[in-house]
Amino acid sequence: MSVFLQYLANGLTMGSVYAIIALGYTMVYGIAKMLNFAHGDVIMIGAYISFCVTSYLELPAIVSVLAAVAVCTALGILIEGLAYKPLRQAGPLAVLITAIGVSYFLQNAAQLIWGATPKNFTSIVSFPVPEGLRAYNVSAVGIVTVVACLVIMAGLMWFTGRTKMGKAMRACSEDKAAAQLMGINVNRTISMTFAIGSALAAIAGVLLCSYSPVLQPTTGSMPGIKAFTAAVFGGIGSIPGAFVGGILLGIIEAMAQAYISTSLANSIVFGVLIVVLLVKPAGLFGKYVPEKV
Amino acid sequence: MAVMKFLRDKRTRRDLLTYALVIAVFAVVYVMQANHMIPRMIAGQLVPICAYVVMALSLNLVVGVAGDLSLGHAGFMSVGAYTGIVAAMGLSEVIPDDGLRLIVAMAVGAASAALAGFLVGIPVLRLSGDYLAIVTLAFGEIIKEIVTCLIVGVDERGLHVLFNLTGSLSVSDLNLAEGGIAIIKGAQGASGVSVISTFAAGFLLVMVTLVVVLNLVRSRTGRAIMAVRDNRIAAESVGISTTRYRMIAFVVSAALAGAAGALFGNGFSQLSATKFDFNTSILILVFVVLGGLGNMRGSMVAAIALTILPEALRQFSDYRMLVYAVVLILVMIISNNDTLKSAAHRVASRFASRRKEVGADA
Amino acid sequence: MPKFEFERGKMVPVPSHSIVPERDVNSAPVLEALHLGIDFGGLKAVDDFNLTIGRTEIAGLIGPNGAGKTTVFNLLTKVYAPTRGTILLNGHDTSGKTVHQVNRMGIARTFQNIRLFDTMTVEENVKVGLHNTKAYSTLSGILRTPSYWKREREAHERALELLSLFDMQDLANHQAGSLPYGAQRRLEIVRALATNPSLLLLDEPAAGMNPSETADLMENIVKIRDTFNIAIMLIEHDMNLVMNICEGICVLNFGRVIAKGTAEEIQNNEAVIEAYLGKQKEA
Repeated sequence: MSVFLQYLANGLTMGSVYAIIALGYTMVYGIAKMLNFAHGDVIMIGAYISFCVTSYLELPAIVSVLAAVAVCTALGILIEGLAYKPLRQAGPLAVLITAIGVSYFLQNAAQLIWGATPKNFTSIVSFPVPEGLRAYNVSAVGIVTVVACLVIMAGLMWFTGRTKMGKAMRACSEDKAAAQLMGINVNRTISMTFAIGSALAAIAGVLLCSYSPVLQPTTGSMPGIKAFTAAVFGGIGSIPGAFVGGILLGIIEAMAQAYISTSLANSIVFGVLIVVLLVKPAGLFGKYVPEKV
Repeated sequence: MAVMKFLRDKRTRRDLLTYALVIAVFAVVYVMQANHMIPRMIAGQLVPICAYVVMALSLNLVVGVAGDLSLGHAGFMSVGAYTGIVAAMGLSEVIPDDGLRLIVAMAVGAASAALAGFLVGIPVLRLSGDYLAIVTLAFGEIIKEIVTCLIVGVDERGLHVLFNLTGSLSVSDLNLAEGGIAIIKGAQGASGVSVISTFAAGFLLVMVTLVVVLNLVRSRTGRAIMAVRDNRIAAESVGISTTRYRMIAFVVSAALAGAAGALFGNGFSQLSATKFDFNTSILILVFVVLGGLGNMRGSMVAAIALTILPEALRQFSDYRMLVYAVVLILVMIISNNDTLKSAAHRVASRFASRRKEVGADA
Repeated sequence: MPKFEFERGKMVPVPSHSIVPERDVNSAPVLEALHLGIDFGGLKAVDDFNLTIGRTEIAGLIGPNGAGKTTVFNLLTKVYAPTRGTILLNGHDTSGKTVHQVNRMGIARTFQNIRLFDTMTVEENVKVGLHNTKAYSTLSGILRTPSYWKREREAHERALELLSLFDMQDLANHQAGSLPYGAQRRLEIVRALATNPSLLLLDEPAAGMNPSETADLMENIVKIRDTFNIAIMLIEHDMNLVMNICEGICVLNFGRVIAKGTAEEIQNNEAVIEAYLGKQKEA
């Protein structure tokens, strides 16, 4: 039983990381309707920034997180403005290939700057975990990650539900033309969404590398893809969906690794996604809208 | 008379020109190769280039002609590569002739990839758009991981296959008899493969693929596939089963990718499963998109150019992938942004009279 | 069981809800919809829809916006699965059949918002319609066997023949998506006819057409019926067109049939006038 709880704790931690990435992904997808393959690489950049600030500048962890968030937010806005904005009217494939180009660019830029050899990331949080919890493999990072994830989700729910900008985002994701007619600055809203998504990616990057400390230019790709899977799983565009999808994905992955096979863990995760999509074509929390004839 | 009428069709002429161009390129490169006029770096790439050309053509059938965005095409290549390697190694006694054995290996690779394509297609083709894309990506990864778990060997008693679920098994668990050889060794992939793929065989496969793809597109089946792409509901309303025709495109494409995989796999003495991961699928998709959706000639040019380009950029060593990424982004933006496109056209038209292309023309 | 009655002295029983023209009375109807209905989340979008269409009848389906006319077309062609009721096409039950299967059973349609294969040429659009009538296998297509050449030639000739119906044969090599609006509507009809239907459904064929185009269309609809000997049902807001060419008219309001009859009967029907103009105030 206690072994099971240990795996559950691992699953929850990874799941929370996936959920944070997925929350950003789902917002960006909701508004831009694009598979943003560069999202995972923003995670990696965030982790590198945090790593540099703590290791080279020897500043406190919280500063490194803020720096990572600031850099990634700027990066997100920059990527959107330079690469995606000119393609607003283009087909989805063109945008997808551009996103892949951005992803290549970020990975190779990171490799040029920081080298291909993995960096050993030191966890940004370390505080003593109560004896009772430590028996279940609960780490300080784990607690912080889960709490951060909950706070972020609640914050996003409030933001999209209550604030003017949040409502504008929802309006844009429903119908850009109509939103524009209602006086919403669509370009600014999209830009803002990318900023939020990238900020979340930075936080996720720092937490991800605190939990599993190997940092290299490709660190972000697989978690990025899996987080997108999590967002689809929960119903893309839905904030609670991304949260639940991320947590479930983490737990399924941890259990698959523990009880079935380490080398097939990803396959099992993806297998579950496929089954979910076949049963519920719009994910767990998504709304299925059939084409009107 | 009939021939004249046949030649009067614009598309037929286009197709014939495509065949002629491929044959001409092959002839030139073949002669250059025989006279050692090709840089070693590129000479070693000739078989992979042929494989990538076939991959691009086959993926174009799904993405360009059928309109389904597949992000897992490398998975089918990997199925074809591994079954092709096993077939070629296993049959080395039965079919001593290398060329013939390669053809058999490619057929086996095509058949097994077609089967994989059919099985994957059943769930995948119930979806569309980005959902389909993410699920094909998932299947690509699943295929890769399953292949990574395989341990295969052959001895006089026949083929031995182990599925290494827990990661605790190794080649010795195959219990091969004296003189038996391990072909696929789990995560290490295949090694000790006897290299039998040749540039000529690659050319042959490219030609076969071209004939299959172009003739398919020009046939009743191809029209049905394109109709489904253009308007699914209208296609259904005129009596076309959308699932059936998307499946035909998917399976034919998988089969061709399998043959390409067998060609590729038998061209290296060593091959790991990670060679066929998500990045390879993306690479091939980039060929297709840059070459133009539905444009078969474009796919081939893009596949050749983008395989040689990184080699040619080697002098920039560290910067080459960065340059590649920037080129990719710029090409996509310039070719898809209306303002930039018209500006580019204005510049181009000053130099040459512009030719107008029609949507799904090869 | 539908009630039967004798009509116009013919000794043939016809369902009470039919308005079949005289020439169809002795043959089985092409379409019989019995108690057809569909619910969208509790809302009865169409309910208890009964209609019989004769072999060579031109029928009209009219009603105010949102009455459920296109929904009826979608039910008949199986785009939506009916919640209730039966559809008999040439006497065969279509329950459990899909869109492409009922097309092969003899029903073809056009769409309110034009649905052409935009990137393909006009001729190819028609050839897609000929998919099942000029058939050969995928393999013989790839290998270009004699049957490929034979069928392709037949398809080419037939496509031009069908296009000539609307004098469109010169447009054969144009891209369908770049045609002017009226030509696109006509091409949709040609494509539907190519599937060799016994019942053709036209969803607002005259929408967006000018009066002279509409007049041509009216002639052509009758011409199509006479050349192909098929039944045509159309949804249309142009009352001039409906009243002039439709032999039987069915009026729908809030998903229910409120009147059925000839043009004259419909024009004088109080329920219809009320549905269109609202209730008249008592004097």
